[in-house]
Amino acid sequence: MLRRTLAQLAAVVVGSALLLVTPARAADESPDLLIKRVSSEVLDKIKIDKTVQAGDMTRVMSLVDSQIMPNVNFTRMTASAVGRSWRQATPEQQKKLQDEFKTLLIRTYSGALAQVKDQTVNVKPLRAEAADTEVVVRTEVLGRSDPIQLDYRLEKAATGWKIYDLNVLGVWLVETYRTQFAQEINAKGLDGLIASLSERNKSNAAKKS
Amino acid sequence: MNLLHLTTRTLRLAALGLVVALAQGCATGPNANPADPLEPFNRTVYDFNDGLDRAIFKPVATAYKDVTPSPVRTGVNNFFNNMSDVWSVVNNALQLKPKETLETGMRVVFNSIFGFAGVLDIGTEMRLARNKQDFGQTLGYWGVESGAYVVLPFFGPSSVRDTVGTVVDSSVDIVSNVNNVPARNSLIGLRVVDKRAQFLGVTDFVEQAALDPYSFTRDLYLQRRANPMGKGSTQKEERYDLPAPAAK
Repeated sequence: MLRRTLAQLAAVVVGSALLLVTPARAADESPDLLIKRVSSEVLDKIKIDKTVQAGDMTRVMSLVDSQIMPNVNFTRMTASAVGRSWRQATPEQQKKLQDEFKTLLIRTYSGALAQVKDQTVNVKPLRAEAADTEVVVRTEVLGRSDPIQLDYRLEKAATGWKIYDLNVLGVWLVETYRTQFAQEINAKGLDGLIASLSERNKSNAAKKS
Repeated sequence: MNLLHLTTRTLRLAALGLVVALAQGCATGPNANPADPLEPFNRTVYDFNDGLDRAIFKPVATAYKDVTPSPVRTGVNNFFNNMSDVWSVVNNALQLKPKETLETGMRVVFNSIFGFAGVLDIGTEMRLARNKQDFGQTLGYWGVESGAYVVLPFFGPSSVRDTVGTVVDSSVDIVSNVNNVPARNSLIGLRVVDKRAQFLGVTDFVEQAALDPYSFTRDLYLQRRANPMGKGSTQKEERYDLPAPAAK
């Protein structure tokens, strides 16, 4: 019995040590540092990857999926774009909407990422109160032409800050898609929207290959 | 003065056109978008522009891009940018912005003299910003409201105010005022192709990203014009991903 207690004690000690040693980076990282880190990592990976520069979309998409998506609250993004009808959607419809929307965004924005040559990202100083749970991080992409404005809206979640909206050149993504989705829902309902998204994704996939 | 006469006549025609458009193209019904009261008219013009684009401008611009070496295309683009920078200097001055006027003015001088009439873009190397301004933006600075969203034949997305701006921009345009007709037509043609080639990426993007290209283009245009700094609406958005708030 003593051996068992010792073993348990050892487990507790080791467990606590691991807890102390493991950096609680994810939860404590401030939103602007998060954006800076993720942007640099993604850009660096793209610059050294020859297949990406040759136009291999699957590589870019898997990169976006593995590096960027874990930092995005995609449910909130989709719900916000779909609007009121989200609450009436079945969990199945919600899942389909998220999947199709995600494919659409990754494919279209990956096109922009594949054009990256020697750009760098400049993250502007964060203007937020310490207690804010929703912030805007402003960055610009610097290259040979005019700087491109790229802003993010992030929310504070248990596992760290998550992106829930994106702004390129002054245009907020969710706001733009809200109109697109509303038109489809008004004309053909939620299932019609899912069908349109799925159709668009199929034709985009066919075009790229 | 000939220029004034031409401008007045064009403005009168534009105004007449708009009145006709308003009478026929007004959006009614439950799906009418308050930001786009001329939607039926706009969609018709958009479809016309799109047809024209697919038939002529996009293939020509694509061929231009495929055939012409990149440095040559950059030179052409720089040349026309330099011409439009001259007009930007005037508009910055009209908007009482001394820093931008000076900066863009210096840019024009350096590019024209040391950049072989603008073909080399030395201004960007010297970090002199373009501060692009057109007459529509000057009108906006002085308090003229945008007015309804309008899609212009050939020119594309605009607004009532910016239509007037475009008329003025066109009448003082350096290239359009070149006296030698063949040279002028060639220059205008080249500029159109250059501009279209610049936007090939954007139009491809819209084709893929949009479910409805007309409203996507419109919303892109309106958002950029309304919030150049990208501030977006400050209203508290409703959180549809969370359960509805309990009724108090």
